[in-house]
Amino acid sequence: MALRRLRIGRALAYVAAVVISLWILAPLYFITVAAFSTFDAVYEYPKQLAPQNVSTDTIRVFLDSEGITESLRRSMYVAAIAMVACLLIGTPAGYALARFKFRGANPFQLALVSTRAFPLIIIAVPLAVTYLRFGIDDTIYGVALAHVAFTLPLTVLITASVFAGISYELEEAAMTLGCGRFSAFRRVALPLALPGVAASTIFIFVTSWNEVFAAAILTLTNRTLPAQMLAALDFSPLPYRLAGGFFLMAPALVVIFFIRKYLLTTWGSAAR
Amino acid sequence: MTTIAHETAPLTRRKRRWEGLPYWLILPTVVYLGLFFVWPMIQSFGLALRDESGWSITAFKTMVNDPAFGEAMGFTFLLIAVVVPLQFFLALGMALLLNAKLRFGGIFLYIFLLPLAISDLAAGIVWSAIFTERGYLNTILEGVGVLDQPHIWLDPTNKTQLVIAVAAAEIWRSTTFMMVILFAGLQGIPRDYGEAAEVFGAGFFRRVRHVILPMLKPSIQVALLLRLIFAFEVFAVVIAITGRGATVLAAEAYRWQATNMNEHVAAAYSVVILGLSLAAAAVVLVVLRTPRERRLR
Repeated sequence: MALRRLRIGRALAYVAAVVISLWILAPLYFITVAAFSTFDAVYEYPKQLAPQNVSTDTIRVFLDSEGITESLRRSMYVAAIAMVACLLIGTPAGYALARFKFRGANPFQLALVSTRAFPLIIIAVPLAVTYLRFGIDDTIYGVALAHVAFTLPLTVLITASVFAGISYELEEAAMTLGCGRFSAFRRVALPLALPGVAASTIFIFVTSWNEVFAAAILTLTNRTLPAQMLAALDFSPLPYRLAGGFFLMAPALVVIFFIRKYLLTTWGSAAR
Repeated sequence: MTTIAHETAPLTRRKRRWEGLPYWLILPTVVYLGLFFVWPMIQSFGLALRDESGWSITAFKTMVNDPAFGEAMGFTFLLIAVVVPLQFFLALGMALLLNAKLRFGGIFLYIFLLPLAISDLAAGIVWSAIFTERGYLNTILEGVGVLDQPHIWLDPTNKTQLVIAVAAAEIWRSTTFMMVILFAGLQGIPRDYGEAAEVFGAGFFRRVRHVILPMLKPSIQVALLLRLIFAFEVFAVVIAITGRGATVLAAEAYRWQATNMNEHVAAAYSVVILGLSLAAAAVVLVVLRTPRERRLR
């Protein structure tokens, strides 16, 4: 009796998991099919649910539209700058939190956690004013600086938990064998932390790639892809929007694959 | 004596050097966040509460007297009221499913996590293609014979429909975020507890209600807290789905800054959003507080 109930329960769990999966995948499937069909097929009604006229027309027309290739390139530059800057600034702080007991460590960590309570919108508006004064308005650097501010706290917390997961004794062993503090870090801790740090880098990339509000407010002509898409929403044709949406989403499919392990182990607890 | 002194001197100097090290390591982060996080935040209060002549509440007056303010406020709250409760239960269900160690769990995990990396703009674009009159929802509903002709799902005069459409996109996109936090919390609960309850005859729902939920409370708190804060920033998904049919607080902040070029009113909106986020966070903390003596960790 109990066994049968268990079996029914299991079966229901599978049904639920499959239904939820289909619900998540369906929109992704629709947009991918639309992006890889002919221009006319996108307009058609009823919509094609199975890929019939597979073509790169829609994507090509989108990429040839004014400003799109530039905005794609800008999005990549911004994300790259944010990634490098965030790692250079944040990794040492994460290491310090993981390795040292120092006065102020707890308030520092608490401050990092509490930054998440503040909506990013409140930073974007004054930054637009400040940038105007310093002449970096409407530049990818301005957007990248804002993105670093958004992602830095979580980067520090994540790298801290990555380093905390690596035994300090390994570094101590290296130091007794003649390594200095820094070279023990570089030769022992860093290589071990690399996968976790790489995962947090990917997180910075995605956040920057997806960020709309600050990018839209801080730029006018030098728009990133999301800012460009947002500005064009009102007057752009459906194939343009769907192809753009596909480019916005595409990194997600790859990125999640690489960081899925870290999302649940290190990050779930780092978020607390 | 001199030899000992000779030996210890470099050691203590070395030790003292490392004492300052953590501060040097966190210095760049502190400086950066001071310049690009704390200072702008203070500035935005200045922008909202000052104009050319000095302190004034003109910006707030302009904001409140604009009919779009009430509309944005109403839509934002309505959206949160629909989205957050529904997605909480969905996220809990998804987390429990992942925790049930199903076969192909790795595949389900990957699929469940996908929306985490999708922006609200992209979600809005896809879901507007689904809800539009010549869109995917009508195609499917006509295909299975529920509808005879395309139904208009995004009627700009029907706010209820617009809320439901935006909520559908938001639930699709942001439920994963809650799920990740809840799942991490679930993994911290020893399996024996649930098994013990099972031995005493507790069914699945009673186990969830009486064993899992109480132990999951800290994670539930964090998940709700962060989700609510982000919910007040909802923006691009609303613009993408409703066009000009509906507006939310963040969309108004964007409009005042980018279209009307009035950073004072935009800053006033951002201050309102901050206030509401903090108030929501406080409510969650108070309602879901765990008395110290009942804490397990």
